Amino acid sequence: MSSAAVRRVPRAAVIGVTMAAGLMVLPMLWVLILSLKDSSALMADTTTAFSPPWTLVNYANIVGDGQVAVWLLNSTIVSLLMTGGVLFLSSLAGYGFARLEFPGRNILFIVVLFGLAIPEQAVIIGRHQLFAAAEMHNTYTALVMPGLSAPFGVFLMTQYFRAIPREIDEAAMLDGASRFRVFWRVLLPLTVPAQATLGIFTFFHAWNDYWWPLISATNRDMLTLTVGIAASQQNFAQAEGLGFLMAQAVFAGLPVLIIYVIFQKYIVRAVAGAAGQ
Amino acid sequence: MLASQQGRRSTWDRWSGMLFVAPYLLLFVLMLVVPLVIGFRLSLTRGDLFGIREEVGFANYGRLFADPVFIQVIWNTLYFVVLTVPAFAVLGLLLALALNQQSRWAAVLRAIFFASTVLSVTVVTLIWRLVLLPEQGLAAVLANAIGAEPVAFLSSQATAMPAIAVTTIWWGIGLPMVLFLAALQQVPRDLYEAAALDGASRWRTLRSITLPSIKRTMVLVIIVEIILQFQLFGQAQLLTNGGPNNSTRPIVLFIYEAGWKQWQLGYAAAAAQILFAMIAIAAMAQYYVSSRRDAA
Repeated sequence: MSSAAVRRVPRAAVIGVTMAAGLMVLPMLWVLILSLKDSSALMADTTTAFSPPWTLVNYANIVGDGQVAVWLLNSTIVSLLMTGGVLFLSSLAGYGFARLEFPGRNILFIVVLFGLAIPEQAVIIGRHQLFAAAEMHNTYTALVMPGLSAPFGVFLMTQYFRAIPREIDEAAMLDGASRFRVFWRVLLPLTVPAQATLGIFTFFHAWNDYWWPLISATNRDMLTLTVGIAASQQNFAQAEGLGFLMAQAVFAGLPVLIIYVIFQKYIVRAVAGAAGQ
Repeated sequence: MLASQQGRRSTWDRWSGMLFVAPYLLLFVLMLVVPLVIGFRLSLTRGDLFGIREEVGFANYGRLFADPVFIQVIWNTLYFVVLTVPAFAVLGLLLALALNQQSRWAAVLRAIFFASTVLSVTVVTLIWRLVLLPEQGLAAVLANAIGAEPVAFLSSQATAMPAIAVTTIWWGIGLPMVLFLAALQQVPRDLYEAAALDGASRWRTLRSITLPSIKRTMVLVIIVEIILQFQLFGQAQLLTNGGPNNSTRPIVLFIYEAGWKQWQLGYAAAAAQILFAMIAIAAMAQYYVSSRRDAA
């Protein structure tokens, strides 16, 4: 086939890109083998990691420590709450903006779109003041609430509802369904692909969020895993040891990578969609 | 009575749609609009940890531009943008061109190049700290293996920012790659078939068909990356904490330290407004350039 002939990639490019992929993986493998070594052996010479004995003692220490488990729990709670909240709010608002008539609708939608252009840095000090005034730092509410205001989800869901043919609502209305019923039983099930994209994007965003939890959660038991890992590495000099630190990196990174492998298609679509808004 | 019932009914009809958007709008106002206003108001005040504030007009802004550290963090940030954005655009495009095929191998490589994107900044810096560690890091181990002298990348002024840039490129290369891949998928197949019939070389096809077709995506990638890289924070904070000698301190780290280490909230808020303006200008300039090019 002629188009295949044109599109075939030259051998040199294949070799080059494979080597580049090797460079991408190499740092991860390095951390993985370091995590399998006793810290005292690494102290003397990290090249000992290339030869046995390897051990799982660092991982046993993480599980025994308990602190990391608390951070993991916090990250899970915060990410799930934020994901659920964003899906709920964005679906309602997306339906409202796409389908319902009410005074000021278009202006409000444009204002929300402008919100897309506001970077976190411009609002983070104000948010910090608000939660300080309400004495709500170091709570799950403080960790979750700012994320619920992100306009991306509303934008995405509005676009998605608009793409659904109006005949579908009209047919349901003729059958006597109420407006909420049309939304809930008829249209919402049609938006599942967009929900999946938005949900996965929000979950990763919440999980990896760094600056806001860094300043809002100051109590060691309220840290998320992402911030907790930062706290450990800043005490690098007096850290519990390289092996333990590397095991933390693997412990924090591996679940995310596994979820990525499973949901790869949705994740790539979500990230590309958020950037291409 | 009927009329008033109808009146009530139509008012309800007019406004009830608002109920669907109200919960989100409430959060939008509370978590975005109000903090934005608070931030701007704060930037016009001077206060300390105990909250004693006085209105100082635009004095904080004047102070910022007279502050050599702030001038330096602006240059540092621009330097970082220059180091990373062209690399993202070029490498992302090259990867997309090489991996835009339906083989299993290409799918595996695409997955690998995107994988690091899903990691948090703290895991990424932890990984790269152990690559860049002066004596025991992977880079030093490899240097020793080939008989070269290991370099203390993060403690030398010349190499610290490039090292942070490499870390960042490793972390974020997946995004430009998938944006370019999506664009390449959109190029009409018959253009390639026509080129093949005309016997066009691979290079000629790339230059005359592929690149012009993805021009919009190129502009998009550059804008998105400029905006993302302007916001450099975690990598610099965790790898070098701004050092050595402030050479890797970006604007966001400056804001963070002014706000939460020195508790000069007004000063930090003013710096945040300037960053906000710079990001807005970068985006607008790019849109302007791209629309001009289309017109020409």
